[in-house]
Amino acid sequence: MSDQPIIRVQHVIKSFGKVTAVNDVSFDVRAGEIFAFLGPNGAGKTTTIKMLTTLLRPTSGSLELDGLDPATHQTEVRRRFGVVFQDPSLDSDLTAWENMDIHGVLYHLPRRARRERTETLLRMFELWDRRDDLVKTFSGGMKRRLEIARGLLHTPKVLFLDEPTLGLDPQSRNQMWTHVRNLNQAERVTVFLTTHYMDEADRVADRIAVIDHGRIVATGSSAELKQQTGTDSLEAAFLALTGTTIRDESATAADQMRQVARVWRR
Amino acid sequence: MTVVFILWLREVKKYLRSRVQIVASLGGPLMYLGVLGFGLGPVFRRAGEGSYLQFMAPGVIGMTVLFTAMFSGIAMLWDRQFGFLKETLVAPVPRLAIMIGRTLGGATVAVLQGTLIFVVTLIAGFRPASLLAVPLAFLVIALIAVIFSALATAIGSSLKEMQGFQMVMNFLVMPTFFLSGAIYPLEGLPKVLGALTRVDPLTYGVDGVRGLLIGRTHFGVALDVAVLVGVGVLFVLFGAWRFSKIEA
Ligand SMILES: Nc1ncnc2c1ncn2[C@@H]1O[C@H](COP(=O)(O)OP(=O)(O)OP(=O)(O)O)[C@@H](O)[C@H]1O
Ligand SMILES: [Mg+2]
Repeated sequence: MSDQPIIRVQHVIKSFGKVTAVNDVSFDVRAGEIFAFLGPNGAGKTTTIKMLTTLLRPTSGSLELDGLDPATHQTEVRRRFGVVFQDPSLDSDLTAWENMDIHGVLYHLPRRARRERTETLLRMFELWDRRDDLVKTFSGGMKRRLEIARGLLHTPKVLFLDEPTLGLDPQSRNQMWTHVRNLNQAERVTVFLTTHYMDEADRVADRIAVIDHGRIVATGSSAELKQQTGTDSLEAAFLALTGTTIRDESATAADQMRQVARVWRR
Repeated sequence: MTVVFILWLREVKKYLRSRVQIVASLGGPLMYLGVLGFGLGPVFRRAGEGSYLQFMAPGVIGMTVLFTAMFSGIAMLWDRQFGFLKETLVAPVPRLAIMIGRTLGGATVAVLQGTLIFVVTLIAGFRPASLLAVPLAFLVIALIAVIFSALATAIGSSLKEMQGFQMVMNFLVMPTFFLSGAIYPLEGLPKVLGALTRVDPLTYGVDGVRGLLIGRTHFGVALDVAVLVGVGVLFVLFGAWRFSKIEA
């Protein structure tokens, strides 16, 4: 059973009008591993995560999560994963506890279990003392930790983390990955992550796939990628695989809103 | 059911916590009430129409409900990218439950805000003809709230860019208010304007509230309520359909 992949992506294409965001992508993720999905801006990472998390349908190709198709078995698939999106999705006018509690209700956890597990997770992510404070009073790192804790509340089989450490200081990043690693060990939750920090991927990921312009350009362990490219760091391997030109993707509606969000950072 | 309830509760809790916002959003209606009320009062009286404050108070309540309901829905656009909405969209619950919870929450907030303005009009000197009719008037107000919350959900689900927000304000919300007869009588209007007021659902809402509160109605309360219920069902179905199509 354990060599059955928990995620299987085969020949997936996703186009938005003229833009092909994901172009014939195939890869497997094994149950229980930490899988890093790396690629330059606009490579198609978030789009792939959205398809796996039932938010987008592929133009063609097939996806499976725990043997189920996210497009046709939405509810079953949704029970099986937790996700931290690239953009925040907490309710900042509610407290940490309330955010957790609503999540528990949405995932049909009985009251007792909801409370006990919320306490366990908030303690683990060092947010217990702040549980009754409004989320808008939290630092960026605390918000991210809360989102991860929330994503784990319903004991998912897979946890998606889309750039969870963006904008965090080295201390917070370090601590976050320690927690994620521990949970991966303790609960056997499969972790699917993206990041632009190569050192993080190098340290925590069991396996890595590199995507560029919507196509997978390499997969393997960090050591294998270095060996393939004849380099001695993952960063060098990444640059060897994806080139050094800067990506000039045109901004999407989401990008434009991100700009505004930066100005109005709450 | 618990899902609908908790999402409804969330909206109401947030509203009750946002003291500053509550006070700030009273500004618009108060201005209309004060400036138009006192400014046009004498003209209105001279025209033999009675007290303008009595006439306009139901209109200002309708306006408050319209603005509050529309705003909560349009804020969805932001919420979809940077807020809580995405969290609910990947939860293992039917989209319909989420839509109903949000819409009822938004409608409840609009009714609460309308109540606040009702109290303000009382302080300003507005006197309902019969106290018994007040609860009935609030049922009509609740209908208005549901209609525009559902419409706002439909729009919030369909908009792609922030610029759309301005468009909706200028080409939908403001005309809905000005064409509703909230601030002028529906009798003896020029043909075109008269026809436009008849396709505006808020017209029937304001007319119904006015009928119940001061006994003055153009269409009759029964017709008003029938139209509101019909439009309400239509808009909720439309909102649910648009909401089910959101791709985040
Ligand atoms: N809704 C959309 N409509 C049109 N184009 C889109 C949409 N979403 C994504 N794209 C385009 O698809 C491509 C892939 O975007 P995606 O967000 O998946 O990249 P990413 O790898 O997550 O990048 P980043 O590291 O910047 O987050 C980009 O060219 C982007 O502009
Ligand atoms: Mg991305």
